[in-house]
Parts: sequence; structure tokens; C-alpha cells
Amino acid sequence: MKFTEEHEWLREEDGLIVVGITEHASEQLGDIVFVDLPDVGDEVVKDDEVVVIESVKAASDILAPIDGEIMEVNDALTDTPSKVNEDAIGEGWFVKIKASDPSQMDDYMDEAAYKTFIA
Amino acid sequence: MSDTLRVTPLHDLHAELGGKMVPFAGYEMPVQYPLGVMKEHLHTRTKAGLFDVSHMGQVIVRHADGYAGAAKAMEAIVPVNLLGLGEKRQRYGFFTNDAGGILDDLMIAHRGDEMFVVVNAACKEADIAHMQKHMTGCEIEEITDRALIALQGPSAEAALEPFAPGCDIMKFMDIGIFNSDFGELWISRSGYTGEDGYEISVHATHAEALTRRLLEHDDVEPIGLGARDSLRLEAGLCLYGNDIDTTTSPVEAGLTWAIQKARRAGGDRAGGFPGEARILDELANGTARLRIGLRPEGRAPMRDGTELYAGAEGGAPIGHITSGAFGPTIEAPMSMGYVEAAYTRDGTQLYGEVRGKRQPVRVASMPFTPNTFKR
Repeated sequence: MKFTEEHEWLREEDGLIVVGITEHASEQLGDIVFVDLPDVGDEVVKDDEVVVIESVKAASDILAPIDGEIMEVNDALTDTPSKVNEDAIGEGWFVKIKASDPSQMDDYMDEAAYKTFIA
Repeated sequence: MSDTLRVTPLHDLHAELGGKMVPFAGYEMPVQYPLGVMKEHLHTRTKAGLFDVSHMGQVIVRHADGYAGAAKAMEAIVPVNLLGLGEKRQRYGFFTNDAGGILDDLMIAHRGDEMFVVVNAACKEADIAHMQKHMTGCEIEEITDRALIALQGPSAEAALEPFAPGCDIMKFMDIGIFNSDFGELWISRSGYTGEDGYEISVHATHAEALTRRLLEHDDVEPIGLGARDSLRLEAGLCLYGNDIDTTTSPVEAGLTWAIQKARRAGGDRAGGFPGEARILDELANGTARLRIGLRPEGRAPMRDGTELYAGAEGGAPIGHITSGAFGPTIEAPMSMGYVEAAYTRDGTQLYGEVRGKRQPVRVASMPFTPNTFKR
């Protein structure tokens, strides 16, 4: 699993890159009440705004961490956005991306580096 | 700015309780506790929440003629019937300016020989200067050695009664002075959540001890400013600076219920307050825009600043949102804002522009949750 400085995590699963936000980020945001997901089939470029999440405090943009195509979105978040707070790195995932350049993953932090980053 | 932040007498307790502190109106205040905004909100609606609101301004007004003298002087700057307020009763009001806008909103209480006033934290210096300038013959004393605690929700009465026997028989907007183990408590049965509850002024030296005892009650949890805001919005209550300010008149804001007959045209003491020309005219003839409630479709909140349109495409904005959040009790987003008078009917379909897209939203009556005041 890799981590971005924007507090997103990326995990390779069945050839796709699963993207979510870290527990640290979900705690900072507070209770999440709405997740606006992209459409399956959307082409995204790294740093595009791909997801918008609304917490009790504010709206936050989630940037695409990697170039590729949106293959799957976590529709369960539409009705239960609180999954992001309850299980940020599991059931709280946002999208699965078919990466056009998987080597972009190499730029990101591993778990130890991320822990130092947020310390 | 952090070097100038003030703290309340409960500051150390907030830290101990895990409060996440943020700057607010010049004070360091808890925005939430470990429970989180959503659960804090729901807890207040179902049990009871304790809020530190010591940042608010507490002011005593004295006059040689007692309360009546203070009330008469206050009526010159507040368009409310204060001479008609009963002893041990409290009333909502606002300071207006010459343009008929609102300088601040406040609570005014009749304490027999004097008047007690609670004003917003962000406005308190200006409010006190305003009172000192205009309330001739009055002594205006800001009370700086007392904390203010709000205890709100269905369990508030049971939690407070052991420390203030007799507070259970108070009704909504009653006030009283109670002698207690924590010194003199100045209690009003009121609040800012739409729930039954109390606001308790306690001397700073006893504030933490009283708060700890109240928190020992199984049903009482500490609640931060985050839930305070979503609770007041569900209750349809205005936040000064967002929903009302110097550019909004009380009539536009839908606060005409607070301007009693005595101060309106034909009343015993009609007018005689700043902005009287505009406010009396608007009371008679209506306004071009009005504050309304809004329920966005879907789950996305429409926050303050969102422009409102009559149609899904084109046209100029017909209003804007002044407060918006997700309502934990109604499990849906909610907003309030101002729209042109033609669009104020309940159920009117409008569109709010969120992130460049127009999203449907309907005009809805407030409060969004029924209030539970003890009448």
C-alpha cells in the first residue's frame, strides 16, 4: 500500500489501483455526510479532482493520484458515507482505477514514511 | 492570532475531555469532542448536551428606576417591547442600525431591580460601547468573572435539578437566581438548539466543579461548536454574521415575531428605534426578499455563499444561502438563505449552484426539527 501527501492510500488489487483516504484524514475531516463519485469510464489524469467529500465541517476535493480510467466506484458510499469514517482503508474506498502508467505509484510513500509524515 | 486568543474558565477541562480546540470569536473553543459532531448532535436531541458558551457577553444594566428605567433606555436601540416584559422573564431581541439592519441579536432578561443581557461573543465589545453611548442614565457592567454553560436536551431538567432545586418548574424563557453549592447560579430556561434546556451563568471559580458534576450524569455529554451549529440550524435559528447582519432587516430575516405590537405602527410606543422608517415600512408593505429554509435533494449540503436560481439553466441568481449543513436528526442536508419574495412559498423548486452544477433544492418550512420547549 502507498500513501500520498494528500492523505490518500493506493492499493493494487486484481490489476486495478484502489483509492481511498487514510484514517488520519477521515479523523481530521470529521463525520463524512456525502461522497460525490465520478462515473465509471471517466478518464482521469493525476491531480484531477475525482471525488468530492463533504464532512460536517466542509467540502474537500480528492485528487486522482494516478493517470488511468475509472473502472469501478464504491456506490455503497452514496447511502452510507459514514463507511469512510468507520473503515477508511477497507469498505471506505472510493474508486478503482486502471492505471495507464503504474510506475507513478513509485513516487508515493510507503506506510512507514507516511507515519513519519503525519507524526 | 493565536497569541491573542482568550480562554474560558473551562479551558483546562476541555483539554482533559479531548476537545479539539479552534479559534472562535477571539477565544480558543472546542469545536468537537471525541464523540464527533454527528453523535454529539444526536446525543443532545435524545439525552442532553453541555456546551461552554462562556465566550458570549454577559452584561448587567442598572438604572435609578430599576428594570423599568433600563428597559425604557434599551427600547431606544432595540425594537422590542421591553417595558412589557414580566419580572423573571426573558425575551429575544436585536440592536438595529439607522439603515434598519441588525447590529447583533441578544437575550434580555428582567431581574426585578436590573436588566441582564447576553450578547454574541464576536460583537460584545461593539454592543457594550453601543449600549454605553445610547442608554443614557444606565450603568452598563460587563460581567467578566462568570462562565456561561448551556445544558440542552430532554435530560437537561433531570441533570440540573439536583443542583438548582426548583429549576424544574421554570417554563421556556423564565429566568431565576438560585443559591447553590456552586455559588449563585443565574439560570434561564432557553438555549440555541430547539430543545428544552437551560443556560446557566456560574462564577468562574465554581464553573469547572459544576460542569464536572453535570457531566457525571449518565445522560450528559460535552458538546462542541460543530454540533451547536447543526443543532441551531435544524431548529431554524439565525447565526449572527451568517443569516443576519447589518445588511439584513429583521423583517427580511423573518424575525417580525420578536417585534411586539407595542413597537409597531399604532402601538403604545411605536417606532423610536434606529431604522424605524425602513422596519415599519417593511412591516406594513413587505420586503423584496425573505429568509427561508431550504432542503436540497440528495445528500450534498449546500453551504453558505451558494447562489440560488429559479431555473436549471440561465437567469440571474434570485437569492443565496447563508447557512448550510447536514442535519443529523433529519438525516438530510438543510440550508437557510434569502430569496426574492416570489420564491418563498414552501415547496418551491429552486436550484443551488454547487461546484459549477445546478442542483435541485426546495423551499421548506423551519424549524426542520420540531422544537421541544417547555411552555
